[in-house]
Amino acid sequence: MKTYPITIELNGEARNTDVSATETLLDVLRNKFDAVEVKNGCEQGDCGACTVMLDGKAVNACLVLALQASGKAVTTVKGIGSQTSPHALQRAFVEQGAIQCGYCTAGMITAAKALLDEKSTATTAEIRQAISGNLCRCTGYKKIVAAIESVAKKEPATHKR
Amino acid sequence: MLEKNHQNSGAQKTTSSAADRYQVIGKPMPRHDAWPKATGETIYAGDYKRPGMLYAKALRSEYAAAELVAIDTREALAMPGVAAVLTAKDVPHNETVTRFGQTHTVGGFEGLYRVLADKKIRFKGEAVALVAAKTLAIAQAAMEKIKVTYKPLEGVFDPETAMQPDAYPVGEDASNVVCSYKVRKGDVAKGFAAADVIVENRYRTQMVDHAYLEPEAGVAWLDDDGVITIRAATQVIEHFRGIADVLGVPQNRVRVITPMLGGGFGGKEDITVETYLALLVQKTRKPVSLTYTREESILAHSKRHPYVMYYKTGATKNGKLVAMEARLISDAGGYVYLSPWVLLYSTVTATGPYDITNVKVDTFTVLTNNTFTSANRGFGANQPCFAYEAQLDELAKKLGMAPLAIRRKNYLHTGDALASGRVLEHAVETEQTAVKALEALGPPSRPRSDRQRIGQGIASGISPYGRMMFLHDTSRSFVSVELDGSATVRCGVQDLGGGQASTLAQITAEVLGIPMEKVTVFHGDSSLTPLAGTTTATRQLYMSGNATLKAAAAVRQNLLRKAGTMMAVDPDFLDIRDETVFVQTARKPWVITESESGECQVTYGGDRGDLIAAEMCPDPDPDKTLPLRDVIRAAAADGIALFNVAQFNAPARELIDFKTGQGQVWPDLTFGTVAMEVAVDIETGTIEVLKLISCFDVGQAINPLSAEGQLEGGAVYGLGYGLTEDIILEKGITLTPTLSEYLLPTAMDTPAVRTIMLQSGGGIGPFGAKGIGEPSNVPPAAALANAVANAIGVRVYDLPVFPEKVLKALGRI
Repeated sequence: MKTYPITIELNGEARNTDVSATETLLDVLRNKFDAVEVKNGCEQGDCGACTVMLDGKAVNACLVLALQASGKAVTTVKGIGSQTSPHALQRAFVEQGAIQCGYCTAGMITAAKALLDEKSTATTAEIRQAISGNLCRCTGYKKIVAAIESVAKKEPATHKR
Repeated sequence: MLEKNHQNSGAQKTTSSAADRYQVIGKPMPRHDAWPKATGETIYAGDYKRPGMLYAKALRSEYAAAELVAIDTREALAMPGVAAVLTAKDVPHNETVTRFGQTHTVGGFEGLYRVLADKKIRFKGEAVALVAAKTLAIAQAAMEKIKVTYKPLEGVFDPETAMQPDAYPVGEDASNVVCSYKVRKGDVAKGFAAADVIVENRYRTQMVDHAYLEPEAGVAWLDDDGVITIRAATQVIEHFRGIADVLGVPQNRVRVITPMLGGGFGGKEDITVETYLALLVQKTRKPVSLTYTREESILAHSKRHPYVMYYKTGATKNGKLVAMEARLISDAGGYVYLSPWVLLYSTVTATGPYDITNVKVDTFTVLTNNTFTSANRGFGANQPCFAYEAQLDELAKKLGMAPLAIRRKNYLHTGDALASGRVLEHAVETEQTAVKALEALGPPSRPRSDRQRIGQGIASGISPYGRMMFLHDTSRSFVSVELDGSATVRCGVQDLGGGQASTLAQITAEVLGIPMEKVTVFHGDSSLTPLAGTTTATRQLYMSGNATLKAAAAVRQNLLRKAGTMMAVDPDFLDIRDETVFVQTARKPWVITESESGECQVTYGGDRGDLIAAEMCPDPDPDKTLPLRDVIRAAAADGIALFNVAQFNAPARELIDFKTGQGQVWPDLTFGTVAMEVAVDIETGTIEVLKLISCFDVGQAINPLSAEGQLEGGAVYGLGYGLTEDIILEKGITLTPTLSEYLLPTAMDTPAVRTIMLQSGGGIGPFGAKGIGEPSNVPPAAALANAVANAIGVRVYDLPVFPEKVLKALGRI
C-alpha cells in the first residue's frame, strides 16, 4: 500500500510517520504515537471521545484523515495540562465531580478548552452547544457544564487567543 | 445495628450529626481516580499493549435465525499474518450452562450458553468464528475470507407470538418460554368489585443499549507461569471460573484483571471479549487484543428487555388502591443469560412502592430471535415503573385527584409489607421524596407560544440494592497500614466509573483517622485482590464498603490496643483523627457485631453521655495524644498485625415460592421520586424538558459529589429511555447500529438536573448508606410520560415518547 510521510506537531513536539491515504488522525495518534489519551468511542464522529484540537479547533480525530493533519498542531488533553501543572479546566472537572468513568473526559475537556480559547466568557448555552458533540453516559452533563462555567467566569483573561 | 440507630434516635437523622461525627464520610471530595482521568493518564482496557500482540476480530452471523450448515476457514488461515482462526469445534467446552451466582449455584433456571455459534443461529450478531492476526487490517481481511453456509430459518421476533405453543422454536427446546412467576395477595376479583374506578391498559417498553462510551475491550496474554491473564473491561472478574471451564484448565490458571471501566451499566456483566481472548491466547500462546467496534457493541452485547405489560388497577373513590392485576411479558432475545432474574425483579416490584390490598401478577420471559437481553441499570425495575406510574395517574385523572394526592394515600412506609409479603423493616421515605420533589418543581412555567403546552409529572420508584439473597452474597477486602502512616486497600471490586474503588479509600480514611490521599486502593484482580463479587446489583458500596469497613476497623482496633498500652488509657476511650490518637470521651468506638445468623456488621458505637464517660474512663485527659505513625511503628516492632482481610456476608434467605411470589428476595430497597416539567409542541410533537428534579433517600451519602453524580447521571440515563433511545429491530436485524441512529441525550437535550438527597441513615450499607446507582434511573421515563400526558391531555403508552407518537395520540397524524 502506498504511504506518505507526514509531520504532526503533537502537544508541541514534532512527530513524523508514514501513513496510507485512508488512515485517520485517530489511528495515527493511538497506534503510531501512543497518544492513547485520545479515546476511541465510535470511529464515526458520533460520540466526541476522540476530540483533539487541530490548530486550535476542536475536531473528532476519527473524522480527520491523517494526511489532512500533516503540518498542523494537534493538542490532546495531555497537551492541555498535567497533574503537576494542571489547566483550570482539569482542576475544575476534578474538584467539582465532573468525572465519573472518565472515558469522555479527555475529549470533553479538549472541546471546552477550544471553546474558551475562542470565547473566554462563554455562556451556559454556548457551553452546552460546544460540548453537544461529546456524549457522556455517566454524569447527566450538569457537573461538566458547571465545571466549564466556573472556569469561563473565573479566569476570562487567561483564555484569550 | 445501624437501622436501630435510625429508629431510636431522630437526632441522628439530621445531616449535621453526620457531619459532626465523621471526618471524611459525608464530605464532598474529588475521587482518587479523578486526576489521572482528567489528565489522560488512565489506561483503559483498549489502551493497553503488550510486545508481539496480535489483533482479534469476531465474525458475526448474517442471520437472526438460521441453521449453521458449514464453515470453511481454509482460505483465511492460509493468509500471511494470520495466527489463528477458531470456530465452535475448536473450543474445548463450547456449550456451558449459564449458572446464576458466582459461588452459590441456584437451580431452577439454566440457560444454554455457547461461546461460538453452532448448529442453530439464535440472533444476528452471534459470534461464528474468531481470527487473530498480526495487524487489525489482516484480521479484518481474514474474517472476510471465512465462508459460512447458512440455511435461513423462519425465526420469531415478537415475544407474545413466541409464547404460542406452535411458535418457531428459537433454541433446541420446544417451548420458547424461559420461565414465569406469580405473585398472589388477597383476591383481585373481590378487590375490583369493591373499586369505584378501574383503569386498564397495555404499556410497552423498548429495547435499549447501555451505550457506555467505552466499547468492549481487552488484552490477554500468558504470564511467566503460564497463567492465562486477561485485562478486560468487565463488571465481573469472577468470570475467570467460567472461562477456565470453557478452556478446560483449572480455575486458578485463569486470571482476570479489570482496569478502570469506561462505563458498564450491566452491559459488561455478562462475558464479552474475555473468553474469545482466552481461547486465542491458548491457541497462539501470544498476547491478543480485541476491541469491539461501536456497531459490533450494539449488535453483540446484551440489551435491556423490551416488555409488554397489561395492567388493570382499581381504587375507591377516595383514592385507595384495592386491586392491581398485571401480566408482564419480556423479550429475552436469542439466549437466556440473566432473563429469569431480571424478570423476578420486575415481578416483585410490579406493584410499585404502593400498599395494595389485592394483587395478582403473572410474568413471563420468552426467547425470540432478537438480540439477547440481560442486565441493564435497573435490572427489571424500570419497565413496570413506567406502567404502574401511568396507572396511578390515570386513576387520579378519573377521580379528579392530584397525582401526589393519590400516591400519598397508597405509599408503603417503614414496617409495611410488599405484595410478596416481605416486610420493609428498613427506611422507606418514598412519600417524603415525592413531597420534596414536587415542591422543588414549583408552579408550572408559562408557555412561550400558543403551540406549546406545559405539563408536569411525577413518578416514584422502588428498586433493590444488593444481590438476591438466595445467592448468599459475600465480599472480601484487605486493609493494611504502612510504617509511614499510609494505608493500602486490596479489594476485587470492578470500578465502572461510579467511584466503587474511591469509596473504599474514603471509608478506610475515616476509620483510620487519616486523610483520603494517604490511602491507595488496588482493585479488580481475580488473583491478587480478595474477591469482592460483581459490580452489579448496586451492591459494591453495600458489600465491599462493609467488608472494607470491617477490615479497617480490625486494623484500627489493633492499633488502639497498642496505643492504650503506650498511653496507659483504656483503648475503648481512644479515637484517631488527623493521624493522631487522642482520648475520646464523647462517644464509643467502632464496634464489630455479628448477628445470630452470622451476618457481620461494623457499626458506629453511638454517643455516650459525659457523665458515663467520666465514670468509666480511668483517665479522661483530653490533652493526651500520640502520633498515629508512632503507634504503627511500635505495633510493628511488637509483631502486631498491621493488616486485616475481612469478609462481609449479606443476609441469606432461600429461594422464594415461585407460585405465590411470597418471600424475601433482597436485603433492602431504595425509594425515590422524579418530578419533571415539559413543554410539548403540539404541531411537531417535540418535547423539551424544562425541569428535572430527582429526590432519593440515599441513607447516607458517603461522598455527596459522587452520590449527586449518580442521581444526575441516573436521571439522564432514564430520560434517554423516555425520550429518544430505541434499538429498532426488524426481523431480528438492528436498524439502529450507530450512535447517530441510537440517540443518547446530549448536553443540549438535558436540563440541569436538580437533586435532593434525603439521608435517613436507614440503609444497611456502611454508615447507613443505601445503594442508588440503579434506583436513580428507574422513575424518569415514567415521570416524563406522565408530564407529557399532563401537558396534552392524552397519553402515549409506548416508550420512548417520540414526537410522532405524541402527534398520533393527539390525533394529528
